Amino acid sequence: MIRTPLRPLARILPARARGDNPDAIERENLRLRLEATRARARVMAEGRLLVLGVLFFTAFSVIGARMGLMAASQPAEPQSVAATDGISSQRADIVDRRGRLLATNLVTNALYAQPPLMVDPARAARALAAIFPDENAERLLARFTQPGRKFIWIRKQLSPEQMQAVHEIGEPGLLFGPREMRLYPNGKLAAHVLGGARFGRESVSAAEVLGVAGIEKAQDDRLRDPAHADTPLRLSLDLSVQAAMRDVLSAGMGLMNAKGATAVLMDIHTGEIVSLVSLPDFDPNNRPAVPTSGDAADSPLFNRAVQGVYELGSTFKVFAIAEALDEGLVNPETVIDTSGPLTWGRFRIRDFHNYGPQMTVTEVLVKSSNIGTARVALQFGADRQRAFLDKLGLLTPTPLELVEAGGAKPLLPGNWSELSTMTIAYGHGMSVSPVHLAAAYASVLNGGLRVEPTLIARTDITPGPRVVSEATSARMRTMLRAVVTRGTASFAEVPGYAVAGKTGTADKPKPGGGYYDAKVIATFAGIFPAHDPEYAIVVTLDEPVESAGSEPRRTAGWTAVPVAAEAIRRVAPLLGLRPEIETASPFAVTAVRN
Amino acid sequence: MTEMVYGSVPMRAGEPVLPRWWRTIDKWSMSAILLLFAVGLLLGFAASPPLATRNGLDPFYYVQRQAFFGGMAIVAMLFTSMLSPVMIRRLSVLGFLAVFAALVALPVLGTDFGKGAVRWFSLGFVSVQPSEFLKPVFVVSMAWMMAAGQEVGGPPGKRLSFLITGAIVGLLAYQPDFGQAALVLFGWAVMYFVAGAPFVLLTVLALLTTGGGMFAYNNSEHFARRIDGFLSPDVDPRTQLGYAANAIQEGGFFGVGVGEGQVKWSLPDAHTDFIIAVAAEEYGLILVLLIIALYALVVVRSLFRLMRERDPFIRLAGTGLACIFGVQAMINMGVAVRLLPAKGMTLPFVSYGGSSLIAGGILVGMLLAMTRTRPQGEIGDILLRRGRG
Repeated sequence: MIRTPLRPLARILPARARGDNPDAIERENLRLRLEATRARARVMAEGRLLVLGVLFFTAFSVIGARMGLMAASQPAEPQSVAATDGISSQRADIVDRRGRLLATNLVTNALYAQPPLMVDPARAARALAAIFPDENAERLLARFTQPGRKFIWIRKQLSPEQMQAVHEIGEPGLLFGPREMRLYPNGKLAAHVLGGARFGRESVSAAEVLGVAGIEKAQDDRLRDPAHADTPLRLSLDLSVQAAMRDVLSAGMGLMNAKGATAVLMDIHTGEIVSLVSLPDFDPNNRPAVPTSGDAADSPLFNRAVQGVYELGSTFKVFAIAEALDEGLVNPETVIDTSGPLTWGRFRIRDFHNYGPQMTVTEVLVKSSNIGTARVALQFGADRQRAFLDKLGLLTPTPLELVEAGGAKPLLPGNWSELSTMTIAYGHGMSVSPVHLAAAYASVLNGGLRVEPTLIARTDITPGPRVVSEATSARMRTMLRAVVTRGTASFAEVPGYAVAGKTGTADKPKPGGGYYDAKVIATFAGIFPAHDPEYAIVVTLDEPVESAGSEPRRTAGWTAVPVAAEAIRRVAPLLGLRPEIETASPFAVTAVRN
Repeated sequence: MTEMVYGSVPMRAGEPVLPRWWRTIDKWSMSAILLLFAVGLLLGFAASPPLATRNGLDPFYYVQRQAFFGGMAIVAMLFTSMLSPVMIRRLSVLGFLAVFAALVALPVLGTDFGKGAVRWFSLGFVSVQPSEFLKPVFVVSMAWMMAAGQEVGGPPGKRLSFLITGAIVGLLAYQPDFGQAALVLFGWAVMYFVAGAPFVLLTVLALLTTGGGMFAYNNSEHFARRIDGFLSPDVDPRTQLGYAANAIQEGGFFGVGVGEGQVKWSLPDAHTDFIIAVAAEEYGLILVLLIIALYALVVVRSLFRLMRERDPFIRLAGTGLACIFGVQAMINMGVAVRLLPAKGMTLPFVSYGGSSLIAGGILVGMLLAMTRTRPQGEIGDILLRRGRG
């Protein structure tokens, strides 16, 4: 660009000569130059403004087009990713040994409120209180109108009728959250085995179901494992046997005025528990709250068969006699000194009746002589007794698949003295649960192989270690059969099912020490059929009184035994056992009348 | 005769103010702005009741306030648009000094309202955001400097304006308010561009901006999160962006119906930064396109009118004002449709907010004043050229 000078001499000099102010020329040139720059700038600015205008127009068009595209697309359902994250409501069913349903899941709905969406909280609160009698309209309204509340759970689960009724309120702020609830179609039948379930983590669209007790809690991981969600957990329980047992036991409990009762029926070879009843019981669909006052052992939630550890009395004599037989110390015909009372230091052991100065071992068992059993036990002593009871699993908690089983530790004497040996031989001074007793009876009487109690149906039961010899086991069966045919358990005779067993009547210990005079735990522990046993049964009544006679009778022979006999009469056919009818002798003379 | 008796009627120099104003004002742009204000009021009815409910106020409390401030904004706009460019320049320079002082005082006297950035002066009845008022006076002041720089023998206006802009951007970034900082920088860049920036310098400047952005990304978590959110391909449905996108889709072409929208309940900023989502949901694409068209009309029409402008100061100031106005609207809507990273920016004249409304009124008032039809010396041009030629 050629710069034109502001003061060109060619014009300045003539101007000076004319006497004009030459600055005017400079100003004129300056103005021209400025005008030229401005014109250039204006042309450029015009172009650049055009560019800007086009850019803006394009940008606005792009935004408009994008808006149009978005408006034309379908909205994705807004879903919160985290809400269902990790909550799996799957839970496997539980069935009995024949595949009949014990626990399953049912689709239900929870009810919750979102106060910001509510149109008429007062009306909703009144309507809800009318549907759910246990809700309070004022309290609900207070929760709905509490400032800042955006979400309120109202009910954990609804019946279809309730859901419809809530729906008909027509309140948009009341919403339903689908979930699965645990359902026990048989109600109270196997309450203590199943335990119960509750909701764990909850969200609007799902809720976790967790076991709270019984097998639901013990097998929680297995039941919630998605890999096994479709295969139900098969228990060893038999639903029809369980129903019959509960029926008989609750009737017996009423007849014998007992405050509690429990029964365990076990497969003698495998340890599978076919029936386990504890009364009083509860409905696992609506589990009662844990009592905060009173004796926990009297609560319906208390599983007497598993959690209850009792001194089970004379039923323990079986173990002392079996040990003595097995060690060759005695045989069934050995005569034992039973003259009483047996004094040991300050302690005296008496029998229920005086049975005379001496008896055979069989008679000791049949008549249930404390003195005779104590004398037998003295022959092997404390250490061997302890080892033997340990072999039977009576010193440790059972491995039963219930959470409660682990806490039921047998109560043992702190100092296992000679005196302890004698009292334990006839069932005092040591407490175990009825399940312990059933498993120990099964182990001694099934041929001598240890069994562990279990509630899961099994196909692969490996025989346990030997606890007594086959011969001892057979002799014990014979002796226990005699207890039924001519001893204390004579009411246990069930025609066709050769029951063998032992009674036990134990005074209940007072909480402060010593024993009650008129409160007993009456137990019958037995097996059937005696010659080829299939099942072991334990029936225990808590504080029974049989008052049909002139004076109240509390011994097991009058209380637990008739109940057990009735139970066997009912369940033996259900278990597939055939009664053995003694056929009339072909040589007998038959009266024939013409 | 009359004159002889009563004396002559005193002649006014020039035309009366109002008729001249009416004759020279850009009526299309002004109508568009008034229409935008009306749309803002309409959307306020839809978007602000949830906020009012949350704050325990009368449902239309914010609408009333919006109407009140809107009235003030319109008065401010009309008044400003009647001023001459020279008067605007004088007032703006004074105003710029005041706002600059306010910005400097902000870290000491300001309040952050618990939002993590100190941007407001709380005056009890109303809170004032100085950076809103900064934009118009800043643009006019910088335009003045640049225009002065174009004079032969004038001050080094461009360099001076660049230094001041740098200071302002630094102050805003310190709050931190990267949105306003970027807006201010953009306004200056646009004016510099129109004032005849060499392309080499523009390229360097673009690179510098990119570098600054990357520096901010690496050093400010606030900033980095926004960018990451934008770059990630799927939008989390529980963020404001997710709700906004869903609302636009729900609305479709004709909207879900007045008052039927749901997004305003979920979005905390439904009445300000995401008001376009409320508009899209309740009134559909129709209203959104109308809003876009109104903004485009104001900006593009103003720019084309400025093309004919001969005065460099008016041209530059008008360009800066129009571009800031347009870009703010563009960013707000671009965020809602996910063309831009999430950045809180109000939609001028439509979003709720006292400072924003009144400052917007002043800004468009200035813009209208700059775009008024005035003699551009074309005739003089022709006569001069002819006389020379």
